[in-house]
Amino acid sequence: MHKLLLDAPGKEIFLLGNEAIARGALEAGVSFATCYPGTPSSEIPEQFYNLSQETDLYFEYSTNEKVAMEVGASAALAGLRTMVTMKHVGVNVAADPLMILAYTGVKGGMVIITADDPSLFSSQNEQDNRYYARLSGLPMLEPTNTQEMKDMTALAFDLSEELKLPVLIRTTTRLNHIRGPVKLAELKPMKTKDTFAKDPLNFVTVPAVSRQLHKKLLEKNDRIMQKTENWPYNEIIGDGKWGVIANGVSFNYAMDAISDLGINDQVSVLKLGFSWPMPKNLCIRFLNQVENVLVVEELEPIIETELKAIAQENGLTLSIKGKGVSRLSRLFEYDPGMVREAVAKYVGIDYKAPVVVDTSDLPDLPARPPTLCAGCPHRATLYEIKQVYGQEAIYPSDIGCYTLGFLPPLKMADLVLCMGASVSTSCGFSEATNQKVVAFIGDSTFFHSGITGLVNAVHNNHKFTLVIMDNGTTAMTGHQPHPGVDSKPMGRENTQVSIEELVKGCGVKDVHVVQPFKVKKTIEAVRASYEYDGLSVIISRDFCPLFAKGIGELKRTRPFYVNLDKCKGHRVCIDELACPAMFLDENNVSIDENMCTGCALCAQICPENAILPVKK
Amino acid sequence: MESKRFVFIGVGGQGNLLVSRLLGEAALSVDIPVVVSEIHGMAQRGGIVESAVLLGDVTSPIVSNGEADVLIGFEPLETLRALGKCNKDTLVITNISPLPPFTVSIGQGKYPPVDEVLDKIHTKVENVIALNGVELAKEAGNPLSLNMVMLGALIGSKAVPITAEAMKETISTSTKKAFLESNLKAFDLGMGVAANR
Repeated sequence: MHKLLLDAPGKEIFLLGNEAIARGALEAGVSFATCYPGTPSSEIPEQFYNLSQETDLYFEYSTNEKVAMEVGASAALAGLRTMVTMKHVGVNVAADPLMILAYTGVKGGMVIITADDPSLFSSQNEQDNRYYARLSGLPMLEPTNTQEMKDMTALAFDLSEELKLPVLIRTTTRLNHIRGPVKLAELKPMKTKDTFAKDPLNFVTVPAVSRQLHKKLLEKNDRIMQKTENWPYNEIIGDGKWGVIANGVSFNYAMDAISDLGINDQVSVLKLGFSWPMPKNLCIRFLNQVENVLVVEELEPIIETELKAIAQENGLTLSIKGKGVSRLSRLFEYDPGMVREAVAKYVGIDYKAPVVVDTSDLPDLPARPPTLCAGCPHRATLYEIKQVYGQEAIYPSDIGCYTLGFLPPLKMADLVLCMGASVSTSCGFSEATNQKVVAFIGDSTFFHSGITGLVNAVHNNHKFTLVIMDNGTTAMTGHQPHPGVDSKPMGRENTQVSIEELVKGCGVKDVHVVQPFKVKKTIEAVRASYEYDGLSVIISRDFCPLFAKGIGELKRTRPFYVNLDKCKGHRVCIDELACPAMFLDENNVSIDENMCTGCALCAQICPENAILPVKK
Repeated sequence: MESKRFVFIGVGGQGNLLVSRLLGEAALSVDIPVVVSEIHGMAQRGGIVESAVLLGDVTSPIVSNGEADVLIGFEPLETLRALGKCNKDTLVITNISPLPPFTVSIGQGKYPPVDEVLDKIHTKVENVIALNGVELAKEAGNPLSLNMVMLGALIGSKAVPITAEAMKETISTSTKKAFLESNLKAFDLGMGVAANR
C-alpha cells in the first residue's frame, strides 16, 4: 500500500513537503489531478501517478502546464475536487486559462500549486509568483512547514468550493524539499464522477458575459476578505512593540531569530499564511500594537509595499522596513543567519554571528558542475552535430538535460529562454542572420511547446535544422512519461504518439531518424541536413541510461577500456567528450568500468582504435 | 532541547540524502523535534548534493554559514569546499577517499593531494574525524554502503542525541532488505572508527 494511503488519524509520519501536499489533497478527497513536472514540484505528481494505480484517483501527466490547467479546470467545473501542480515558470505557460478561470470560477474545489524557486536551484529565473494572485484575483495560501503543507492543502479545497474559485498554494524549493513530521487526519472518500451543469452566462466568456464576470469576481472580494481575516494561519504572535511580519519558509527564520536573540517578549509577529488578499483588519490591529515593522519575505517586497498602503490609508506613520535592512535583498533565498542579523540590527541588539572559518586562503578548487551522465545519448548527438556544423552555427537550446551541453568541451548551446523556445528562436535567427542554425530540443519539451514553433517554421519557410533528442522519457525532472513514451514497461496503457509522424504531419520534408551511438551513420545524416536547402528535422533516439536502467532496458553492459599498447595519447576522447567515466591515470586516459555503460561513443572516435570492450 | 545542526555534503550517487532522511526518521522515532532539507534535481548528474538535519528547538530547515555543529563530508574535496558551513568548534567527519570531478579529467583544474586537503581542514577546525569510508564500505561487503559508514561515524562521535540502537532500528525498517546486512556492518565499522578516535 502506498504510504500516503495510511488510514491512521493522529499518527505522526515523516514526509517530504511535496508528499505532505499530496496527502493533504487525499484527506480532502481529491479525485482528479494533472500536472506538467518541474523541479521543485515534481514529487507531488509522482505520488499521484503511483496512487492512481491503487485508487480511483484520475491522474495524468499532461503535455504542458496550460493543458494541465485546462484539463483540471473542466474536471473542477464538472464538480470534482481537482489539483493541478507546476513549477513557477510553468504558471507562465498556464497563465492564459488561469486568468479566465478566476472569472468563470469552479464548482468542485480546485487547488493549484505553484512551486517557486528562489536562488534558482534548477530554474531559469526566480520570479515571485505571489504576483499571480494579484494579477488573477485568486486567493493565495503560503504554508510554512510540512504539517501546514498537508493541513492547508486540505483546507484549500473547502475554501475553493466555498468561494467557487480556484485557490493558489505557493511553495518554495525549501518547503517542497524539506522532510518533517506530519500528523495525519482522516482520508475523505473520493467523488470520481459528477454531471456538468450547463451555464453559458457564467462559462462562455464572450465580452458581454465577461464584463459581468469581472464584476462578479470583484463582488466576491468581501467573502474572500472574511476568509483571510479569519484564516487559522493568519495570526499575531506576542505583544511586543517591535513588529515582524513573515510568510512561507521565512516565518521559521524569523521565529528562530527572535528566540535565539531572546527577545520574544519585545516582539509581535504577524504570520501570513493566507497572503492574498492580505487580512486588512488584522494588519491594522497589528500596526496599532507595534511601533515599527520589519517585513521578512523572500524575493519581491510585496507584503512590504501593500502594508505601506494599508498604513497610509489608515493614517499610520510608523516605520515599515524590509528590503535593504542588513542583508535582506530581492535576490535569492534567505537563511536563518541572515534573518537573525537583520532582526538584531532592526531591534538594535549587539549581536555577534558565529565566526565562519576563513576560507579565503583555500587554493582554487576544481569545480564540480552537474554533467551529462556516462552513456548519455545527448553527448553523442551534440558531438556529431558539432563535427558537421562547427562552432560558427547558432545553437538555440531548450530546457532539459541537454542544456548541460553548454559546458566545455561540447559548448553546444547559445541561447536558452524557456520551454519550446529553441524552435521559435531558430525561426528568427534563420531570417535575421546568414549563419547556419541548429536547434536542440528534448522529446518531452518538443511535445510541451516545440510543435507550434515547428508548424510556424514550415509555414513561413524558415531554413534551419531541428534536432529532437528523444531519450524516451522526461529525464531532467526524474523520468516522467510524455506522449511519445512507450508506457507498457511502466504497466500503463497510454497511447504512444509518434514523433516522426507528427513531424511529417506538420509538413517537414527532410526528416532523419538516427541512433546517436552509430557515429558514422549519424554524421552522414547530419551532413545531409547541412546540405539540404530548407527545414530539416533530425530525430536522435536512444534511451536515457538512467531511465533504461530503471526499467531494465539497458542492454549494452560490456564496459570499455583503453588499450595502452595502442593509445598514442591524442586524448580526443577525453578532450572532446568529457565523459565522467573517463579519467587521467598518471598521464594515461583510463575508463571507470563501473561507470561505463558500453555506449562505445569514445571507441568510435579514437583515431588509434585503442578503446576496446573489456574481455569477459 | 538544545538545537543541533548537521550538514551532509556529497556527490550525486553517494547516498547522503538517504542518510539525512534516516537520521530524521530516527529522531522522530525517539520524539526529538526534527526538520530535514534536501536539494534535489542535479543529484543524479554528478553535481554536489547537500542536505541538512536540524534537531531540537529550531524550525528553520537550513543551516547558515558558520553554524553547523557537525559537517559530514562524503568526499574530501567537497568537505573542504563546504568548510564555510563551519566555525572553529564544528566537528568535521570526512571520508578521505577522493572522487575527482570530470573537470579535472579534462584538464580544468587539479585535484589537490588528499593529504593537503586534510591538512587544510585540520588548520580550520579543531575536531576532525577522517576515515577511509570507501575501504570500510568494501570491507562491509558493498562499496555503495559508504553512506552507512558515514552515518555510523556520526553516531559513534556522540554528537547526536540518538543511540546506535535507535539508529539501527530505523536502518532496519527503512532500507532495502537485500542490503541490510552490509548496511549494518558498514554502520558498525564507521561507528567503531569514530568511537575509538
